[in-house]
Amino acid sequence: MAFINKNHFWPGIILFLLIIPLITNSNYLLSILIIIGLYTIIVQGLGILMGYAGQISFGHAAFFGLGAYTVAILTTRFHCPTVLALLGAVLLPGVIAALIGRPTLKLQELYLALATLGFGLLVHIGFTEGMELTGGPSGIAGIPYLSVGSFVFDSDIKFFYLIAGILILLSAGIKGLIESRVGRALRAIRESEHAAETAGIDTAALKLQAFIFSALLAGLAGGLYAYYITFISPSPFSFHASVQFVLMAVVGGLGTFVGPLLGAALVVALGEFLRWAIPVVIPNAGGEYQIIFFGLILVVLMIFQPEGLGALGKRFKLSTQKLPGEGYSTKFEAEKEGGL
Amino acid sequence: MDTPSQLLQLLFTGLTLGSIYALIGLALVTTFNITGILNLAQGEFVTIGALLAISLYATGLPLAAAFIIAVLLVATLGGVLERCAIQTARQASALTLIIITLGLSIFLRGLALLVWGTETYSLPAFSEGGPLFIGGAAITPQSFWIFGLTALTLAGLYAFFELTYWGKAVKAAVLNRTAARLMGINPNRLSLLAFLASGALGAAAGIFIAPVTMTTYDMGFMLGVKGFVAAVIGGLNNIGGAVLGGILLGILESFSAGLISSGLKDAFAIIILIGVLLVRPQGIIGSLKERKI
Repeated sequence: MAFINKNHFWPGIILFLLIIPLITNSNYLLSILIIIGLYTIIVQGLGILMGYAGQISFGHAAFFGLGAYTVAILTTRFHCPTVLALLGAVLLPGVIAALIGRPTLKLQELYLALATLGFGLLVHIGFTEGMELTGGPSGIAGIPYLSVGSFVFDSDIKFFYLIAGILILLSAGIKGLIESRVGRALRAIRESEHAAETAGIDTAALKLQAFIFSALLAGLAGGLYAYYITFISPSPFSFHASVQFVLMAVVGGLGTFVGPLLGAALVVALGEFLRWAIPVVIPNAGGEYQIIFFGLILVVLMIFQPEGLGALGKRFKLSTQKLPGEGYSTKFEAEKEGGL
Repeated sequence: MDTPSQLLQLLFTGLTLGSIYALIGLALVTTFNITGILNLAQGEFVTIGALLAISLYATGLPLAAAFIIAVLLVATLGGVLERCAIQTARQASALTLIIITLGLSIFLRGLALLVWGTETYSLPAFSEGGPLFIGGAAITPQSFWIFGLTALTLAGLYAFFELTYWGKAVKAAVLNRTAARLMGINPNRLSLLAFLASGALGAAAGIFIAPVTMTTYDMGFMLGVKGFVAAVIGGLNNIGGAVLGGILLGILESFSAGLISSGLKDAFAIIILIGVLLVRPQGIIGSLKERKI
């Protein structure tokens, strides 16, 4: 699981994160980093679900949105204290995931993909059509800033440190998790559900826990997003966003530890780069090129590097850590070793 | 308009809508049975077929010629995508393949946006004349064209699978890939064939519905989802089931939109999808035998 140099990587990242606001006063750069951080939180959860438990979800934008709408509704309609509303934003998606997870996760690959896709669409329709509660297509404005006691997160720098802190804590927690018994059990499920079952792992319960965990994180990101943007509408929580999260998880590398951050950073940076570069190269070009490239990159990556970019570093290391089984990653590993 | 004829009107609308979903479901089921791939880009074939035909017709071509050229072009597109993307990733897991078809659908939607923009297009009806009135409810001639295409496609696919050598070869390849290969059947060629056919079928469906629905670059996604619902209701391995599923969905949707709320009609389709997946993933109508995935 380790990256190139285990001993220097994380302290380096942390140091880098902490000094960024000191070397730049560009709010644009900070806002991009905050968005990357928020997406990383979601993709870390999705990475556990997809990369370790081997289950796909095309509906995680729904949990992201449920978190954001919980914050928006509780703070603007019920004047709930902001920390309490954030707690609600984490819990509600978790409860919903627990309710829908048990029947849904029984489904096999394709059917699970369709069911989660359907769930995502349904929640999105709920946001758009639930006029009285959600404000319909125009959304909810005037969300207050997050405040703890008398401290208010009202600037990009403060928010940046908040997200960075959450990410560092979360990363440490996840690292502990995937190196624990639970992590090994999850990997066993990915490799072969039957084999894991035979080894005495309660696969259904673990898959459900991974699903709930990923929903909690998506909800947390959603709640923080609402406090950062202070305005929400249904559009950031559409099916397109769900696909983008899956893309981030896959680009970064499923089942790798740095994957989520790498994936979120690359996809966001690519989006920003295309937004800047395409009008320079092709005058009068609009957002359509961005969509075309997005689709193309997704296809090409799945064909040629289905393990994602985070896997490039571990390619030479992981064979000893592999569990026996017939999962897809083993297959690619074998092919790659044959090709080298 | 009195209530019985209002209900009859909803039924006619539902049948027309349902036939469209059935056509898309048919294309999905055919591809799925031959390749084991659920093609999430199927809805985009429908959109691009319709938009191509509309543009060709606008250049002054007769409608029939525009239809044929558009169908051939989208079939070619399906074939090219199969060779470039699907065939290259042949060995990948179902998960990887579904993300690939999803990427293709995003790519095609972007392409459609680039070429045709966000405007709404439409095509004239295939035949002249006003709507037919039955029991006080109107039914347009274009609806009959759509019914006809659905019936023809269903009959054609049925004849193909049951009566022709190639159809039997496909069924054999689905049952046992290795054995079929030993008998001289090339599964790779069948996979190409499936994508050519689903491209053509999708385009034909798109062109037939262009006179009755608003055609925009992004209509494919929801149509694709409705196609899945139709296919899932029928059971993914059942051609007749996809048609019944589509029509059932169309009628349910039309009645729920007419009697409850039109804003929620997509939600009803998705609730049906999730319900069927959870209760009977093998489909309501589909055969009970185990499916391998």
